[in-house]
Amino acid sequence: MSSRRARQAAGTSRISDDQIIELVSKLQQLLPELRNTRRSNKASASKVLQETCNYIRNLHREVDDLSDRLSQLLSTIDADSPEAAIIRSLIM
Amino acid sequence: MTSGVISNSNPVTNSARSIISRSKKKKKILNQQNQSQNVRDQTQATTQWKSEAQQQVYSSKLLQALRQVRINSDSAAPPKRGGRAVREAADRVLAVTAKGRTRWSRAILTNRLKLKFMKKSNNKRQKVTVTGSSKLQRKPRVSILRLKTKNLPAVQRKARVLGRLVPGCRKEPLPVILEEATDYIAALEMQVRAMSALANLLSGASSSSSSSSSSSSNEAAAPLNQLGSSRPPPPS
Repeated sequence: MSSRRARQAAGTSRISDDQIIELVSKLQQLLPELRNTRRSNKASASKVLQETCNYIRNLHREVDDLSDRLSQLLSTIDADSPEAAIIRSLIM
Repeated sequence: MTSGVISNSNPVTNSARSIISRSKKKKKILNQQNQSQNVRDQTQATTQWKSEAQQQVYSSKLLQALRQVRINSDSAAPPKRGGRAVREAADRVLAVTAKGRTRWSRAILTNRLKLKFMKKSNNKRQKVTVTGSSKLQRKPRVSILRLKTKNLPAVQRKARVLGRLVPGCRKEPLPVILEEATDYIAALEMQVRAMSALANLLSGASSSSSSSSSSSSNEAAAPLNQLGSSRPPPPS
């Protein structure tokens, strides 16, 4: 009985450990840096977290750059041009 | 009698003390069930971010928002930094597209609400607060961070950094941060795809206005198709 209790107590933490491992490996699949590593040599959790941070920063930078580009493009488009009409028809 | 019932349901618990611990355990188990439910929901959501349909929904919403940005910048005083308004609109629309299923999207939307409230209450100071808060989000104060996390193991330290990068996850436990980051990355990738498609479309349009118009119509048509229809998706 005591062994069962011990197993249960350990089980609760082990489930979350397993969950975290699963979540980390899922995250790893999303990272271009680590996606192509073989399944046999899994990256460490620390490495995955580090790469996740880097990747999110990169994506933020990309969105920033694209925002600048889009705002420039929007300001240069003539409101009366046929292209603006196309975009307007897209929006409507 | 009661103890018999209890021991039927759970043979481990017999004393009153263990009943208390059992209820705690039950709570824990319930939490875990909720969490695993969340994980399942989010896996579905993550695959959705990769779908074409979701990108179309986002693109059309983004176009609408950008139009609003243009109107605002036309009427109001010169835009502070061109990209910022677009960036805010793009993030807001991304959160709306996520339909508030995730913590990060709710965090973006509540930040937005706070800004709106500040705008109403103090119009002149609003600009200062906007730039101030976003600067704080982007550049965590490193010295304080280091002091606080000096003794933490590397994984926990990196989890904290990650928690700062994902909106609304600053104070969340590791599993939540991991789930949210997984969904957030997929959403950001979709955002980048949609925005670059839109930028290509617009740059094709603006360059065609200066060059010959005969070939440009075909060039403009391709990214147009990529963006897909702007009509709202059928109610699901």
